[in-house]
Amino acid sequence: MSERKLRILIAKPGLDGHDRGAKYVARALKDEGYEVIYTGIRQTPESIVSTALQEDVDFVGLSLLSGAHNELFPRIVDLLRENDAADIIVFGGGVIPEEDIPFLKEKGVRAVFTPGTPIQEIVDFIESKRDERHQ
Amino acid sequence: MEEYKKIKEARRKWEEKTVDKVISRFPERKETFVTGSDIPVDRAYSPESFDEERWLDEVGFPGEYPFTRGVQPTMYRGRFWTMRQYAGFGTAEESNRRYKYLLEQGQTGLSVAFDLPTQIGYDSDDTMSVGEVGKVGVAIDTLKDMEILFEGIPLDKVSTSMTINAPASVLLAMYIVVGEKQGVSRDQLRGTIQNDILKEYIARGTYIFPPEPSMRLITNIFEFCSKEVPKWNTISISGYHIREAGSTAVQEVAFTIADGMEYVKTAVRAGLDVDQFADRLSFFFNAHNDLLEEVAKYRAARRIWATLMKEKFLAQSSKSMMLRFHTQTGGSTLTAQQPDNNIVRVAIQTLAAVLGGTQSLHTNSRDEALALPTEDSVRIALRTQQIVAHESGVANTVDPLAGSYYVEALTSRIYNEAMDYIKKIEEMGGMVKAIEKGYIQKEIQDAAYRYQKDVEKGDRIVVGVNKFTVKEEAPRDLLKVDPALRDLQVKKLAKTKAERDNEAVKKALKALEDAAAKPDVNLMPLIIDAVREYASLGEICNILREVYGEYKESIVL
Repeated sequence: MSERKLRILIAKPGLDGHDRGAKYVARALKDEGYEVIYTGIRQTPESIVSTALQEDVDFVGLSLLSGAHNELFPRIVDLLRENDAADIIVFGGGVIPEEDIPFLKEKGVRAVFTPGTPIQEIVDFIESKRDERHQ
Repeated sequence: MEEYKKIKEARRKWEEKTVDKVISRFPERKETFVTGSDIPVDRAYSPESFDEERWLDEVGFPGEYPFTRGVQPTMYRGRFWTMRQYAGFGTAEESNRRYKYLLEQGQTGLSVAFDLPTQIGYDSDDTMSVGEVGKVGVAIDTLKDMEILFEGIPLDKVSTSMTINAPASVLLAMYIVVGEKQGVSRDQLRGTIQNDILKEYIARGTYIFPPEPSMRLITNIFEFCSKEVPKWNTISISGYHIREAGSTAVQEVAFTIADGMEYVKTAVRAGLDVDQFADRLSFFFNAHNDLLEEVAKYRAARRIWATLMKEKFLAQSSKSMMLRFHTQTGGSTLTAQQPDNNIVRVAIQTLAAVLGGTQSLHTNSRDEALALPTEDSVRIALRTQQIVAHESGVANTVDPLAGSYYVEALTSRIYNEAMDYIKKIEEMGGMVKAIEKGYIQKEIQDAAYRYQKDVEKGDRIVVGVNKFTVKEEAPRDLLKVDPALRDLQVKKLAKTKAERDNEAVKKALKALEDAAAKPDVNLMPLIIDAVREYASLGEICNILREVYGEYKESIVL
């Protein structure tokens, strides 16, 4: 079982087109040996969740820079739950003020990576959750 | 020539004797030095680095072809650049207040930021707009909002830049009608619409329609404005977002100018004479931290555009050859860590833009890696421009870095490398084809990836991020947009819809729908008719969506 590659969906909810960070994280995680799927920009929460289910992913990484994270991130967590996929681990990144992070965590976003985060921190986070995915 | 030989010889001796001796004892910091965009940098430049025989053809004098040194002969000795802070958030009422504040503080032009639903042609009550209303700019649904936005601001006294692309014709139409209501005629209106759809497909993402109908809308604007709104800059061909997406300086110049060529070609194909519209084309570039590379970049861009307009498009008027541009300091260079350091970065970038001969400038605020800027940080950003203008002395002579061996060598190098890209894109069949193939996106992404890897490895230092870090408290006093704003805006829209003449709206929208299907009709007058009846932005864009369909991103990773 430990041979199975972890599958990660990098997704851009909301309407902003700032995809530099999302694409960098997607590519860097691919280079680290994960299976990575990238949705492209301007995805609705519904389409992100349906891709996550179809692709049978372990993680969903959300990137948003417009300020709509408080509305859209929790919506995606809820939709996963409604689709019996609460075990998929959701994390996020982008321009997200420190003071919003406790709220997002409370809503089920497991980690938030703000600008300047080294990729290794994201890798460490994913690895720390590997066992949880393989139970 | 004799002189050059002597200099070359002297340089060889200097390297062998003086330099080698020092390096053997004190090695340099790195084996190779490069600019912010990976252009190799020599130890020192000297006269033979630049061929002075080409001086008159390639550099020349300010205000003369090829405009390397600037588009006006006197530049800032006549008038400073326009200080134009991009602003807008929340409701039209709040943004109107911010504009009046900025004008009071000595700003000389307005620059409107629209929220994302407005930029993508959705009304505030659309499900696609959830979470986004009023967030990154002001929400505009109908002419009503636009009337409030410019309340008390006489449109014949200010110039207004609007960052709007896919639905540019709708917002321009609203501006024209607000002018009418203030008693300001179309020929008195001054300003710019961004209207640059190609870079939306490449880098910015607020596209609606596929390339062909989008290019038609743009050409309609060129034609309409050349007759009706002659002082309006009909497009701002933007390298800014290409650079933000991670391109190099060379790519920023090359892809922006290749976009510009595509617009010129399309307009000429539609039957417009190049000199009828080319003088209203304007450009928009980024300013990053590598000061001298940036200065060289602006100089090279001016020379490339002038050369192409003259030699390829056979423009006759020298105005058609002038690359006039707006600059914004680089958003992606700002750090969330130790945000006050950003003030210093912005000051360097301001110098780059001014030494590079910009026509207008937006300076970013220190807190923009965290949120929209507060009034205090916007004031510091504006003061930065005022200090460079009034205290630094760099505005007192035109193109002060001309003749610097390094800057001239770098200008030539960027010119040549960008021209190589432009040739390659032409061979692919032009920019639309190159975008459809994903070539441009891939080139930018590769550069962005390389850069970020360099930062991760510590080969590039970002102060406060991968070196000189400190433990920081979370910043306070960030600007927050009220999430209840959407409800407010939705109610306002419902009220406008209830009060307008709905029969007249229906008729105007039907007329627009019929015309949209006919390629030879200019849509601008029909869009003006529709907004005058308070047809909403979403209603107009949905009509056009039905006729033209929507663009789907081709994902390149």
